[in-house]
Amino acid sequence: MNNQAFNQSRRRFILSSAAIGGGFAIALQIPMGKAQELQAGGDKQSINIWVEIATDDSVMIKYARSEMGQGSLTSAPQLVADELDANWDNVRIEYVDVNEHIRMKSAWGDTMTVGSRTIRGSQEYLRNAGATARAMLVAAAASHWKVDASEISVANGIISHAASGRQSGFGALAALAATMPVPAQVMLKDPANWHIIGQSMPRVDIPASVNGSQVYGVDVELPGMVYATMAQCPVFGGTVRTFDATTAKSRRGIIDVFAIDDDKAIAVVADNWWRAQQALKEVVIDWDTKGNEQVSSASILAYFKENLNATDAAPLPNNRGDADQGLAAAITLVEAEYFTPYLSHAPMEPMGATVLIGTDRVDVWVSTQGPEAASQSVAAALQVPLENVYLHRVQAGGGFGRRGGTGDYDRAAALIAATLPKDTPVKLLWTREEDTQHDFYRPAALYRLQGGLDADGNIVSWKTRIASGSILNQSRGVPLRDGIDAQATEGFTDLPYQATNLFQDFKLSPTHVPLGFWRTVGWSQTPFAREQFIDELAVAAGADPYQFRHRHIAQDNLSRHILEIAANAAGWDTPAPAGIFRGIATTEPYGSFSAAVVELSVSDSGEIRIHRVIQAINSGHVVNPDNIMAQLQGSMVWAVSAAMWGEITIDQGRVQEGNFHDYRVLRMAEMPKVEVVLAPTGGFWGGIGEPGQAPIIPALCNALFAATGTRVRSLPLKHHGFSLATQATV
Amino acid sequence: MELQVNNQLFDIDVEPEMPLLWVLRDMLNLKGTKFGCGISQCGACTVHVDGEMVRSCSFPVAAAAGKKITTIEGLATDASHPVQQAWVRHQVPQCGYCQSGQIMAAVALLEKNPSPTDADINATMTNICRCGTYKRIRDAIHDVAGNTPDSNQA
Repeated sequence: MNNQAFNQSRRRFILSSAAIGGGFAIALQIPMGKAQELQAGGDKQSINIWVEIATDDSVMIKYARSEMGQGSLTSAPQLVADELDANWDNVRIEYVDVNEHIRMKSAWGDTMTVGSRTIRGSQEYLRNAGATARAMLVAAAASHWKVDASEISVANGIISHAASGRQSGFGALAALAATMPVPAQVMLKDPANWHIIGQSMPRVDIPASVNGSQVYGVDVELPGMVYATMAQCPVFGGTVRTFDATTAKSRRGIIDVFAIDDDKAIAVVADNWWRAQQALKEVVIDWDTKGNEQVSSASILAYFKENLNATDAAPLPNNRGDADQGLAAAITLVEAEYFTPYLSHAPMEPMGATVLIGTDRVDVWVSTQGPEAASQSVAAALQVPLENVYLHRVQAGGGFGRRGGTGDYDRAAALIAATLPKDTPVKLLWTREEDTQHDFYRPAALYRLQGGLDADGNIVSWKTRIASGSILNQSRGVPLRDGIDAQATEGFTDLPYQATNLFQDFKLSPTHVPLGFWRTVGWSQTPFAREQFIDELAVAAGADPYQFRHRHIAQDNLSRHILEIAANAAGWDTPAPAGIFRGIATTEPYGSFSAAVVELSVSDSGEIRIHRVIQAINSGHVVNPDNIMAQLQGSMVWAVSAAMWGEITIDQGRVQEGNFHDYRVLRMAEMPKVEVVLAPTGGFWGGIGEPGQAPIIPALCNALFAATGTRVRSLPLKHHGFSLATQATV
Repeated sequence: MELQVNNQLFDIDVEPEMPLLWVLRDMLNLKGTKFGCGISQCGACTVHVDGEMVRSCSFPVAAAAGKKITTIEGLATDASHPVQQAWVRHQVPQCGYCQSGQIMAAVALLEKNPSPTDADINATMTNICRCGTYKRIRDAIHDVAGNTPDSNQA
């Protein structure tokens, strides 16, 4: 399906929902269990599995996904509360109990927090949950007051019957409402009538984040707890041949030192984490590196380069025409190769988990994006039934894809606990170095792009070859469909640029480096190639980069709309101040449309000063505007960090970087001025946590080209003589 | 060894070289101070020792003996400190993990310099936030100071 068709079908959707007069009917879908399945406490009544009402009129809304900074602990319940016509001041939010969820056969649906899909993937059933609970409260009021339900209104947590002047809060009618039949279908509100959706509700987790009371995975403390740290083989895939812990074990507080998981790692357990960590340095370990000690960044790049010429690459689905013939007939040819390196997630909270193995139950506390996946990881490690795992929800100190079910640190904590006496709670915590060197990395990728222009400067032919690993194939054994990895090719598959002839393909290029989902995934890297190449074509055509993009994107494609929004916000049609240069990029990630303009100047010594970043996003609907702004501001920081300094390099099979001194990220002094433009068109639900990043790096590199004439085709920028200026006023 | 933390006295038996962070977290159960890097790079472990901000992951506990140690928990039990209130008003935290350290750094800055310029903020606020909340941290500090931002920085 190409992008154009996608947008046409969306337009039809808007029209058809308008045709039935605003609101639209949707049949109830799971997850929407019956209240009777839940045992609520004395003064609380579950109306359905998402909504629980107490006699004091407070409304408890369940939240099934994770909170790791993206804000949906607040915004997802806004969806329920709006349809319920609740008073937001009375709303409380509670995590779904993971064990109960597992025992109720995943009643609350998808609990994984990945792919910017918490809102877009659950908005329909969450709104339904609110609307259904509202309908049942109305039915209860109608029954109690012996009036027709159609005469009853609900607003701001008050149920009213205007004719008789009767009113009630939710609490008094909750018990009766729970006995009412669950409506087969409910009308969802016309967006014009939303009053909680679309509001910048303060994030409910923030108060605990400012006084130290927020509990993260590494903060759990239990009576009798012991503390563990561990070392895996520096060369991925290696194992312990022998180890000597004599000195380590003689240190104060050391409880035990042992190998875990078929000799994949050495664990040290102590009465204090620092003591464990000091002792680990004194364990002498002989690693079997299994031949992977030969691999280096250079050998990987050489392998990718070979694969640019492989004859067995898999063609992408939207190819059309004859791209080779198109290139042969073109007046102007442009060809370029782009490289994006491996990257580490480096969330502020290092990896760790607490496990307590008791009789017939295992308790787990872990910062995770996938509570069911983490439960499964522990159950598999200990060979216990999944139903016996009780995973406790905590805030995650950043996730960014690192905590999405890799089954490594949670598994290790379980195996360490299993080696200790039963009923001994153990908290495993990795060092920053262990995290940096045993991540599941954003894949490295090499791209070759070829384009041909006709005499009018229009694109007649476009070719793309992608050489990269596959996250899902490598980490989870998921077979490629038609030889294509969806993540590695996103950004190209639905190329918005119209070329008469198009040929793109993907060559799977596995290495021993573990791969994972890194914020914005394929969209974190493909725009570096795509959105610079379109600039290179514009330069070859002698055209303005914005105008060139604009005329090659179909009018009804929302990528063009957001491009216009960003350009207008930046004042693209007026020259930048002397010495300041602009770059632009547009993208279509995770159901949203995201464009950026970067304004910068560059000193003779290569110091980049970013004067302004304009970020525009069309997420269709908007649930919490301030949270979207925060996500985009943060995404910009994330992207500029990666652009300037981000790379994980391999030498002798192992990662070279270890901590924030050699895996640099942006700090306050380097923070550019950022302007976020929300440009929602309505009609669809797009992602928020990841799309903001996608256009930043190419917009930055395009501005860099405008300023210097240097086209940077491999990241990070530090290797091209560029540094980032601090922004202090002069 | 005797330690004074948040106006409370603790008598602890500990190696003098143990970093203050691990005494606070694993011996005194004050979990608001975070471990981020262990090498004074990120500032998630920032606390005050006699009013000076220190990175407790690399600060031997012996050096804090006899001094007044303040952690995030000691700032205000009800989150009523002006900096905490500004952090809520500006909706600064995302994941929140680094924010104890950010707040302790901001409090130390404002106690010494009630009206910091952007350059002052840049020089003192060197803590890492991976979520990228720097704009809001800056706004919140200016708000507490009663300043309007004086540069082109967001």
